[in-house]
Amino acid sequence: MHPTSTIVAALDAVRKRYGHVVALDGLDLAVRRGEVYALLGPNGAGKTTTLSLLLGLTAPDAGRVTLFGRSPHDLEARRRIGVMLQSAALPEALHVLDLIRLVRSYYPTPRTVADIAALAGITAILDRPYAKLSGGQQRRVQFALALCGEPELLFLDEPTVGLDTESRQAFWTTIRTLVGNGCAVILTTHYLEEAEALADRVGVIAQGRLFAEGSVDAIRSRVGQRQIRCLSRLSAEVAGAWPDVRLARRDGDWLTIHTPAPERVLRELLAADVDLRELEVRRAGLAEALGEITREAA
Amino acid sequence: MNAIYLSDPIARRSLLEEIRCEFLRLARAPSFVVPTLLFPVMFYVLFGIVLAGGKATTFQAAHYMLGTYCVFGVMAPSLFGFGVTVAMERDEGLLALKRALPMPPANLVLAKLGMAMAFAAIIFALLATVGSTFGGVRLGLDQWLALATVCLCGVLPFCAIGLLLGALLSPQGAPAAINLLYLPMAFLSGLWVPVFLLPKPMMMTAPLWPAYHLAQLAEAAIGQPHAGGVLGHVLVLALYALVAGHVAVRRLARVA
Repeated sequence: MHPTSTIVAALDAVRKRYGHVVALDGLDLAVRRGEVYALLGPNGAGKTTTLSLLLGLTAPDAGRVTLFGRSPHDLEARRRIGVMLQSAALPEALHVLDLIRLVRSYYPTPRTVADIAALAGITAILDRPYAKLSGGQQRRVQFALALCGEPELLFLDEPTVGLDTESRQAFWTTIRTLVGNGCAVILTTHYLEEAEALADRVGVIAQGRLFAEGSVDAIRSRVGQRQIRCLSRLSAEVAGAWPDVRLARRDGDWLTIHTPAPERVLRELLAADVDLRELEVRRAGLAEALGEITREAA
Repeated sequence: MNAIYLSDPIARRSLLEEIRCEFLRLARAPSFVVPTLLFPVMFYVLFGIVLAGGKATTFQAAHYMLGTYCVFGVMAPSLFGFGVTVAMERDEGLLALKRALPMPPANLVLAKLGMAMAFAAIIFALLATVGSTFGGVRLGLDQWLALATVCLCGVLPFCAIGLLLGALLSPQGAPAAINLLYLPMAFLSGLWVPVFLLPKPMMMTAPLWPAYHLAQLAEAAIGQPHAGGVLGHVLVLALYALVAGHVAVRRLARVA
């Protein structure tokens, strides 16, 4: 076990329901100092509720939520975090610099404006009205606001939605720099390559519970599945009917098969289609692993 | 909830920044500023001075209407400034972001309240200037000060009601819904036509509206005919402010 002082944010047996819908059903989760923790799971699994609880936006029905060992409502605790939410329309008439000045004023020892602008890549647009920015630029400004306080813990909710590939890479580089300086990150994302690129640990939430937790590799290896891919004339229906085949799919000429027993399936496959080409077998990615885990959960 | 501003310099500094941003936001939105400042003055000139001046009225129209149009004027920035803006900021997630950030919770309300009071002060100054220059309004210094106080403190119940509407309404529906409250309330409270000239059934319902009570306070401040005691009106307005404000804050804590 880790001493509690290294835990920056935690949920203990937390339950939360909205009307008849159970959003969280006894969730335990702990994020350590300086790590990137990616929260993954299907829509409606409870990711947003988890973030809302940690940010003090909503209160649990049962269990305990702590931020730096305090209540998330505690201003002292929140002065150590930075936040970028999935959707937050900032006042359109304000200039980027006005917004940064405002958010800096919430913190005891904020970063300098120049540092914030450089980290988020917005130096050139500081004097522009927020309304006049492109979607990607607005997203970067929202990221800049999350960095204002030189936080020890950064909440990023779907941070790179709407960014092009280049901006996303730049964003990841910045996150790595921040983490290198000791900042912990709680990340939710739909882009699994983002979790693979950044996360030290991944927590998979399904049906309001933590279903799997560990490094990206550990999560991947939890799934014994392999993916077989080849150019073949076999139909997905034929391959899908073999024993041990979990899933068979055609994309144009490509046939893709998911199976926990690749050796046996390969024998069948090679016997059934002597002409198949471009055969490859690989460990399932995070996407397949997640699919598997959430299917188990359901 | 405001003790934090006494003990915590970070909270104080952030409140000043919050007010600055609120001011910049409004200053860059002439579609809000211009009508809010000009409508009460235009109406006062038209109904309180031009139209009333021709008739041999038994009461001092320009004096009396100065009181009612001050009330009409301070209602708008309070109701709309809170109602429409809060509905929008709530719906678009800005409120949630600010609550998640370490913003001292009262910043939001205090910055908007500060702006509503600034508008009330400007509207009072405009109406007072027009009234004394063109309407022949003559008041003692104590009466001017009393009327200014009524205007500044009068924003409180309407800000609370605005906050409540902002907590409940969708941003698309808020402007229309607030007009639907604002304009009938102004009429039924005797802000356009003195309440004693309204048809009897309407006159009976006037005390239901907070604007009626504020108008009576305004008239009392400048020695014009008014009904009821000052304390009673203040209590009704305080009740409106506390109940609406309390419900709004609870509601916002849940939805945002």
